[in-house]
Amino acid sequence: MEVRFILNQKETVVEAAPDAVLLNVLRDLGCKSVKCGCETTNCGLCTVWIDGKSRLSCSVLAASVDGHEVTTLEGVEKEAEEFGHFLANEGAEQCGFCSPGFIMNVLAMMKEFEQRAETSGRTEDAVPDVEEIKEYLAGNLCRCTGYMGQMRAIQKYLSEKKGVRVG
Amino acid sequence: MNRENISDLSYVNQPVPKVDSGSLVTGKGVYTNDLAPSDCLIVKIVRSPYAHALIQEIDTSRAEAVPGIVCVLTYKDCPDKRFTLAGQTYPEPSPYDRLILDQRMRFVGDAAAIVAGVSEEAVRKAVKLVRIRYEELEPVLDFRKAKDNPILVHPEDNWRSLCQVGADNKRNLCAHDECGAGDIEAVLASCDHVVDRVYHTKANQQAMMETFRTYTYLDAYGRLNVVSSTQVPFHVRRILANALDIPKYKVRVIKPRIGGGFGAKQTSVSEIYPALVTWKTGRPAKIIFTREESLIASSPRHEMELHVRVGADKDGRIRGIDLYTLSNTGAFGEHGPTTVGLSGHKSIPLYGQTEAFRFTYDVVYTNVMSSGAYRGYGATQGIFAVESVVNELAQKLGMDPTVLREKNLVREGQVMPAYYNERTDSCALDRCLARAKEMIGWDKKYPFYECGNGKVRGVGVALAMQGSGISHVDTGAVAIKMNDDGFYSLMVGATDMGTGCDTILSQMAAECLECSMDEIVVHGVDTDISPYDTGSYASSTTYVTGMAVVKTCEALREKICATGAGYLGCSVEDVQFDGQNVTNLKTGESISRKEIGNKVMCFSNEALSASEAFSSPTSPPPFMAGIAEVEIDRETGTVEMVDYVAVVDCGTVVNPALARVQVEGGIAQGIGMALFEDIVYNEKGKNYSNSFMQYKIPSRLDVGKIRVEFESSYEPTGPFGAKSIGEIVINTPAPAISNAVQNAVGVIVRELPISAEKVYWGIQEKKDK
Repeated sequence: MEVRFILNQKETVVEAAPDAVLLNVLRDLGCKSVKCGCETTNCGLCTVWIDGKSRLSCSVLAASVDGHEVTTLEGVEKEAEEFGHFLANEGAEQCGFCSPGFIMNVLAMMKEFEQRAETSGRTEDAVPDVEEIKEYLAGNLCRCTGYMGQMRAIQKYLSEKKGVRVG
Repeated sequence: MNRENISDLSYVNQPVPKVDSGSLVTGKGVYTNDLAPSDCLIVKIVRSPYAHALIQEIDTSRAEAVPGIVCVLTYKDCPDKRFTLAGQTYPEPSPYDRLILDQRMRFVGDAAAIVAGVSEEAVRKAVKLVRIRYEELEPVLDFRKAKDNPILVHPEDNWRSLCQVGADNKRNLCAHDECGAGDIEAVLASCDHVVDRVYHTKANQQAMMETFRTYTYLDAYGRLNVVSSTQVPFHVRRILANALDIPKYKVRVIKPRIGGGFGAKQTSVSEIYPALVTWKTGRPAKIIFTREESLIASSPRHEMELHVRVGADKDGRIRGIDLYTLSNTGAFGEHGPTTVGLSGHKSIPLYGQTEAFRFTYDVVYTNVMSSGAYRGYGATQGIFAVESVVNELAQKLGMDPTVLREKNLVREGQVMPAYYNERTDSCALDRCLARAKEMIGWDKKYPFYECGNGKVRGVGVALAMQGSGISHVDTGAVAIKMNDDGFYSLMVGATDMGTGCDTILSQMAAECLECSMDEIVVHGVDTDISPYDTGSYASSTTYVTGMAVVKTCEALREKICATGAGYLGCSVEDVQFDGQNVTNLKTGESISRKEIGNKVMCFSNEALSASEAFSSPTSPPPFMAGIAEVEIDRETGTVEMVDYVAVVDCGTVVNPALARVQVEGGIAQGIGMALFEDIVYNEKGKNYSNSFMQYKIPSRLDVGKIRVEFESSYEPTGPFGAKSIGEIVINTPAPAISNAVQNAVGVIVRELPISAEKVYWGIQEKKDK
């Protein structure tokens, strides 16, 4: 079947089987940042945005994104690089295999909290606290780093970008 | 280089970001499956539903008839010559007990047939259509009953053990040994206190985020090219030549970026299948293990039962340790004879001044998935037992377990009888323990404190050691060449699996050659190009390959001086190279590295390159102390991590950022092992822990706080004084957390994992008493 959607700001049309999983379709379209780690929605490696919200592409049928907007790390390379720089300074990407999914969710978290601040009108709502960060990213597994370096990277990023100390 | 001027270094001991970090954090396609050509045949395995069975008949006709299927291969298509998948130096201690496909199935998930075709859909369909008639046999599932069981896992006559490891396939025995010093029975008999306990550690999955995967193709010369997510490219070359029964010169192995290994990829788990397909069909092929396959047919940690006796006098002087380890290697013997050795040789020496020790072991075959190498490699299991029994001894003596350790721990300059009589030339274990106590506030918190709501917090301690490479075995070579404009190519055979060895080896090269890191271009690994390296395992890379970098740079510097002197028309004795220029000290005349690099490319008989190897007669141990603080709910037995402090002596820290993350990551894995990771089989040998839902690895909500510091000693035989760090860091959590539970609620869990259930029943039992 034909699926029409916007992939990283570009009109995209693909022929996909009705049972084709979005993760595989995206990889076939050249979005190699999207990784498969578990097939059972437990690891977060395949995180992409659908209409701006984080979704696990291993559990989304490609057919269901027809008419929607999909973003992978390739579509937010600049932001990824900006945050990725903090991650690398901590050595907290290590093998790097979980980094794309993790970064997608970190960026989604930042956006979501900014929106929270806009809604509430309180600027302090724009920055998540440590517990909120852990909770938000709980589904992003990493076997290399023990998570501490990722948290340091987020804290330093927030402090540099938003001038806020977290933790 | 000496211990005084470490702080003067420009690159070593600096938190340099990984040289490949840019591509990793922007999701570039740099891993095996990102690079595989789109015309690869898809390879999948038909797996045995039985723990033990003989294939009576395979009918492949219906599978072959599926459109797009290129081949269905069975044991009839494979050489009947046994080999091992263990990535070890030849002759491998692991027995040659494998065929690519065998008629005998030895665990649920064992490979019965290989299907290859042009699409995922076709292959999936065909896998279901391979008809196999099995003769189901009774399996050996209890590893305590495996030795001398009439049911044999490997009855075949062409089973071979290349090394004297005490193996006997007609007894289900993969290895056996005993060693010791002094009269252990006499010493224990004369001790004031003897604690005699049995501990049980389970098989654990490395669970690296990138599952096993390989693609293969024939190149223009008709050679088998193998691109694989492996820690051991050179061993894979030999393993594939053995498996396919072809000459080694027919095989080339390339390692791209790797999504984690932790030892799993020190076994050639996935390579043989696409290799066979490509060799048979001439077509490119790839296999990507699903997570399920990675959890049911891989290379997890050896399950071990450890019977340990420790004797001490009434003042707490530990006088003797006696350890018997029973290790379960599963269906095949990969790393069976070697992991078990570390359970004693890297646990008993923590207590330096014992009068006697004995270490005995058996490694047995059973009908569960084969075990393999997992970070810590047996030391983890042995340290759980020895550190736990020392904690129980402390309780018996009514002594603080840290004080008992202070009296007994190994110190710098001591000879360790249980560690091949090596002397600790670098050891800051005493400082590590002292600092860890300070960090956690031990003296205030030990043994426990109440938090209200029926919750209590306890602290627990453990020490650990490991090695730095395999002494007398591991060999690392590197090659460095100078290019135009004087930049360098650093060719390494060591395998960066995410841990950052491409970076730390570049740091060392930049330090030795006094140039910027940008001017060091690192390349690894391609067995056609890279100098030989045993591979990245056994905590060897920093120490072994690092020394090869130091030696190679020295050799290259001499050549640069000689070449520069030639261009300056003076004697080599008169010149000095400062990294940028070769200068005639008599005249002040100089020639730049850039000029030399360009000049040697024209009318030159000099190749400005050097290659040196390093191998060590010793394996200097890193040391560490770990202290856990846990919170226990007395109502439910739930154990939650609050804080974990780790202080590590890895010698000079080559890259503090990467080293810290290594420690944090190892501790998180150790927390998983301690609290919930467990491979569970049913009574027929089916593995229930076949997804991340059943096999839970720690999330960021499970690990509490992990705090790391370094107390560096200086290892005189290591590069810039460095020792290893990769493996030791997984060894303290299980015994330290167990000790924290012991100190908090008085329950001692001797079988991992320390589940809420076990703690709950332990609390109930105490109440009943």
